[in-house]
Amino acid sequence: MADSGIGASVKRKEDFRFLTGRGTYIDDINRPGQTCAYILRSPHAHADIVKIDVAKAKVAPGVITVLTGADYDKGGVPCGWQIHSKDGSPMIEPPHFPLCKDKVRHVGDQVALIVAETYALAKDAAELIDVTYKEQKPIVSTGDADKPGVAQVWAAAKNNTCYDWHIGDKAAADAAFGKAAHVTKIDLVNQRLIPNAMEPRAAIGDFDRATGDYTLYTTSQNPHVIRLLMGAFVLQIPESKLRVVAPDVGGGFGSKIFHYSEEALVTWAAGKIQRPIKWTAERSESFMTDAHGRDHVSHAELALDKDGKFLGLRVSTKANMGAYLSTFAPCVPTYLYATLLAGVYTTPAIYAEVKAVFTHTVPVDAYRGAGRPEATYLLERLVEKAARETGIDRVELRRKNFIPTNAFPYQTPVALQYDSGDYFSTLDMALKASDWAGIETRRAEAKKHGKLRGIGISTYLEACGIAPSAVVGSLGARAGLYETGSIRVHPTGSVTVFTGTHSHGQGHETTFAQLVSDGLGIPIESIEVSHGDTNKIPFGMGTYGSRSLAVGGSAIVKAMDKIVKKATRIAAHLMEASVADVEFKNGTFTVAGTDKSKTFGEVALTAYVPHNYPITELEPGLEETAFYDPLNFTYPGGCHICEVEIDPDTGVTKVVNFTAVDDVGRVINPMIVEGQVHGGVTQGIGQALLEACAYDKDSGQLLTGSYMDYTMPRADDLPNFKVATHATMCTHNPLGSKGVGEVGAIGSPPAVINAVLDALAPLGVQDISMPATPLKVWQAIQAGSGRMAAE
Amino acid sequence: MLTVSMTVNGIAVSADVEARTLLVQFLREKLGLTGTHIGCDTSQCGACVVHLNGKSVKSCTTLAVQANGAAVTTIEGLAAADGTLHPMQEAFRDNHGLQCGFCTPGMVMSAIDLAQSHADLSEAEIREGLEGNMCRCTGYHNIVKAVKAGAQAMTAAMRR
Ligand code: FES
Ligand code: FES
Repeated sequence: MADSGIGASVKRKEDFRFLTGRGTYIDDINRPGQTCAYILRSPHAHADIVKIDVAKAKVAPGVITVLTGADYDKGGVPCGWQIHSKDGSPMIEPPHFPLCKDKVRHVGDQVALIVAETYALAKDAAELIDVTYKEQKPIVSTGDADKPGVAQVWAAAKNNTCYDWHIGDKAAADAAFGKAAHVTKIDLVNQRLIPNAMEPRAAIGDFDRATGDYTLYTTSQNPHVIRLLMGAFVLQIPESKLRVVAPDVGGGFGSKIFHYSEEALVTWAAGKIQRPIKWTAERSESFMTDAHGRDHVSHAELALDKDGKFLGLRVSTKANMGAYLSTFAPCVPTYLYATLLAGVYTTPAIYAEVKAVFTHTVPVDAYRGAGRPEATYLLERLVEKAARETGIDRVELRRKNFIPTNAFPYQTPVALQYDSGDYFSTLDMALKASDWAGIETRRAEAKKHGKLRGIGISTYLEACGIAPSAVVGSLGARAGLYETGSIRVHPTGSVTVFTGTHSHGQGHETTFAQLVSDGLGIPIESIEVSHGDTNKIPFGMGTYGSRSLAVGGSAIVKAMDKIVKKATRIAAHLMEASVADVEFKNGTFTVAGTDKSKTFGEVALTAYVPHNYPITELEPGLEETAFYDPLNFTYPGGCHICEVEIDPDTGVTKVVNFTAVDDVGRVINPMIVEGQVHGGVTQGIGQALLEACAYDKDSGQLLTGSYMDYTMPRADDLPNFKVATHATMCTHNPLGSKGVGEVGAIGSPPAVINAVLDALAPLGVQDISMPATPLKVWQAIQAGSGRMAAE
Repeated sequence: MLTVSMTVNGIAVSADVEARTLLVQFLREKLGLTGTHIGCDTSQCGACVVHLNGKSVKSCTTLAVQANGAAVTTIEGLAAADGTLHPMQEAFRDNHGLQCGFCTPGMVMSAIDLAQSHADLSEAEIREGLEGNMCRCTGYHNIVKAVKAGAQAMTAAMRR
């Protein structure tokens, strides 16, 4: 069992189909009689729709229907979370109809749906639609959105403000600053990113004329959530008449959590024309319409005593929501960000204010890490700056303020209670693995070749495994965040596991099979994991917030417990023993002190062929479902260290070493865990050095609308990574696992920027913003050298 | 409409297409070979890479008519009929060189061409050689390992 159970790097079960081109992504699916949709999108960021003339398009070759906002008679796309402002008032929640009625509010906003026999014909017909717009001035800047005199996105949202929220004890924080020996201040932008899963979003709406049932095939991380949001709020189709299927999905990173209006449009229109409709985004549409990530502007201040102990933290952040509220958007800069501002430190007083603003841009929502990368970046830049200002060694300053390993459970001043962690060990391991001590030798060596070498560190923590339903409910979530797991033991002993989580690269088909192989003592080949279909899975909240193993895996463990309990009673009956004497180990039931035994397979068969069976006490069959609602978030943490080499002539920064030591709790499959860290770190390096979404501030046009303009990390931008784990167990779930999907993207950006600043420090450079592109680095070098020369 | 004929994974095919039909559309829509993916519209991502007469090409930037008379190999044509994987496919599996699998067909096709055109690939050559293939999941670390192992296995298989 050891080679396929918990802790083994089992090769993935899903790989064969992906490697042979036999995956089933949405665009690979074709339904009988299928039609194709093209969506006419707004070329303007902000305009009134004066008139839409679809007459010519309607009669164009192959066109079946053309629908606009005037035809749309269903509900708006809802938001899943409600935040209340400081004064107790609820956030401003504007309507979001899948087709615009009188105004467009971002480039790419949806104006008309054209359905035709082929995609090319639909696209051709769209050219014939004549839309008269009255253009208005847009506002796209996060920092300026609430200033007087700028364009307004919604009349109901004064000064474009969605909410003005706060957390923590302001008086305590102010008092801490009153006592401070030193105050460090920083202004930071956490730039807007475009998630860019490699598979563009796609959706097929299907309507069954015989039954009146709808099916939506969609690129989703959470099909049940889509069924709930679209069925109950948008189209008013009961769950029993609506099936949502998300088979193989080509990456999500958060961007495929949300209910997008295209899903509702193809489903609604399929009902109208009574034929299936497929829509697949072109990449330029993905850039324009996938929910973006991050986009914060912050000011932060840290108060320290004379020994460098942190006394207080004050943070003020503006967060961009875009033009509409996407599913999770309001909770990202509040409960997934400001509650993380204690980080790994004992800072006793924290106060944070967050203002969310509307702009004429595509909605911003959760992207790998969601709020936690923003908190980590702010803290780790601030701590680094404090170290430089006070002259205290940057590693020692961190160590001095770490939450002691024996202080768990640890209550922070910003709501969270951390269950476990050991930040000293992950720090020490990372320092050693990265040869932190040897940097000066390597710096001197680089200098000989005319290069600037620097090293940077980030010690971080995050909260994931979302989430306890009662807690998130009290914070404004409009749903519970438990998970389901079902185990169906078949008559001949093979097993199907149904999970409400969704795999879009995470390898659940393997990891969850390992769990069950370990727990039931059956070969991994006999286990299939099923996900992504509301007609197969009882219910589910999906995959995001690094929750699949911690919450979904725990549900599977609970379901397994029920299976073993029932199977033990069947085995006891077969062996004529009392239940208390029956032991189950490695797939075999035995009776203590005898040589009697029954295999799991024999018991499974008996459950379905109950000739010799305790039928008055026990139902036949062997299938169990568990719903697991976690008791707390989980708290992975660790240390990331980045080493860079900069060419001062070109400003090009090369990451030469990257070390990540993460505490993700119990690891089921180390190979998969390492892969998750590699991918996350790469997205973090991408944010730090390469990626930025840009809108033109006058026209509101998306300037980074293709891979020619938006710099994706490529193989030759990256080093090999040194990755290790050090586990402290989650104390409140049955597995002890914490979560690994996001740690890489959370811990890494400040490590990279701190390394760049370390390399440039000798030239007098003190600040650089993300992404640290060659141009920015070169300019900073020029400005810094100038300043050094002048001093 | 124009008629195009080619061999795809060793099988002769022929169909009528619009002149604007791309090779990737021909493969996916006419032949149902959906293993070749479309990840972008600017010829940047490499999800669509196939072999045209043994050399890797981006099938999103090739018209179907340009492949007239050619031999095309797609990801579906690599494994043996009994399911035995090509050494490069095997290496991707062994080294966890894929997560969501969307970039994978293009990666594998590019990697095979890279291995065939270089003896003893170095890590730097692999990273540079994969510059036209994007992966958002893996951070490339395990892809690089996989390509190195796959290239070695291909050489070993040739010697045998
Ligand atoms: S689809 Fe992106 S390069 Fe061909
Ligand atoms: S494995 Fe998902 S894009 Fe490469």
